Amino acid sequence: MTAYEDFAGREIVPPREGPDPVNVPMIRHWAEAMGDRNPVYLHDDAARATGRPGIVAPASMTQAWTMRGYAPAPGTGGTGAEELNALLEKDGFTSVVATDSEFEFHRELVVGDRVSVREVVESISPEKSTALGVGRFVTTVRTYTDQDGEVVAVQRWRLLRFRPENQAPKALRPRPAINRDNAFWFEAAREHRLVIQRCAGCGTLRHPPGPCCPHCGSFEWDTAEASGRGQVYSFVVAHHPRHPAFEYPLIVAVVELDEGTRLITNLVGVEPGEVEIGMPVVLDWLDADPDLSLPVFRPQEND
Amino acid sequence: MNGRTYEEVAVGEELPPLPIPLTRTLIVATAIASRDYQDVHHDPGLAVERGSKDIFMNILTTNGLVDRYVTEWAGPAAVVKAIRIRLGVPNYPGDTMTLSGTVTAKHDEDRRVEIAVRGENGLGAHVTGTVAVRLPAKGAI
Repeated sequence: MTAYEDFAGREIVPPREGPDPVNVPMIRHWAEAMGDRNPVYLHDDAARATGRPGIVAPASMTQAWTMRGYAPAPGTGGTGAEELNALLEKDGFTSVVATDSEFEFHRELVVGDRVSVREVVESISPEKSTALGVGRFVTTVRTYTDQDGEVVAVQRWRLLRFRPENQAPKALRPRPAINRDNAFWFEAAREHRLVIQRCAGCGTLRHPPGPCCPHCGSFEWDTAEASGRGQVYSFVVAHHPRHPAFEYPLIVAVVELDEGTRLITNLVGVEPGEVEIGMPVVLDWLDADPDLSLPVFRPQEND
Repeated sequence: MNGRTYEEVAVGEELPPLPIPLTRTLIVATAIASRDYQDVHHDPGLAVERGSKDIFMNILTTNGLVDRYVTEWAGPAAVVKAIRIRLGVPNYPGDTMTLSGTVTAKHDEDRRVEIAVRGENGLGAHVTGTVAVRLPAKGAI
């Protein structure tokens, strides 16, 4: 059971009374802003003409009476609501948008009514991909009661809590396994230099880096700077499984350098369907993050 | 203000469309009137930071506008019994939302009429839903 599932059925906001009783000034403010000219909201005579005892508040305004306002006092959100919020924030679901409201009104509110609300979690969805970003739908039921504890309205309420797309922390590329034998190669890459290990005994070039020349057995070596030209020796296109650090489809290629050694790399600036074995490619640099730069290759442009 | 009686309404009747210009002032004024001080409803910079292209209308206001739309048509004697809405694309400033509605059901036992409502803006459907109102009987008003 995840922590989210524990919230189903839980009361996250205990009954909380709205700060003000139903009153004409707040109704007027609402009706003006909404452009609602229904006279029963502001004039007792008009309301009585429809058989009501006096002014009634707009049904849609029910929720507004219990809104916490601009600077709610700490702790008034309900400890359950604060716990749920902390859990959502921890998972990066910092943004919120309301998606559904289903109101059933049991009676009209009249001036002087004191409206309270309590809120119970109905369900919390698994993570979903939405147009706004990855998030969870939180569905609650809010029960509105009056000063006598009688239910005046019930509202099923659904919010999407999501991680904004443009703020999603981009995952880092997996770290290369760097050791004393290959560190020089990655250090050169950080300086945008593609180097090839060269045997100091017989001059044979080799890659990937290693302590000993496979040709003559010498442990002495230095490096040569690669020209940055080569051709596609082989390649695959990865679609699945996806790692969040990479763009897909991802072209993973073995490039044979003009110098004769081969390295595993990515191809950029080319569609997977356009890649061909033997295709001439040139060196480019990928600065994946401040600690990692890697050589990649793009098709050689025709002169 | 003219009102409608239950008997005057027929299933299939269409409500006249209501275009609502979505000014920045409307979006901010209605958010404040509903006591909703979430920054995404009035602060463009923070709205962008939170993944929106601009401020957008809050759901309490969508409820309020749908309520207004149906009760303007039904008249002051109508009593709103239910408002069930689902939000789609946001209402951003500078756009216009046009509300439309169709009577979909009548329930004689409590003179309840159900109206399917839809609010379209330049991006698509902002709101779809149902409003239920109880209308007065003929001769009652």
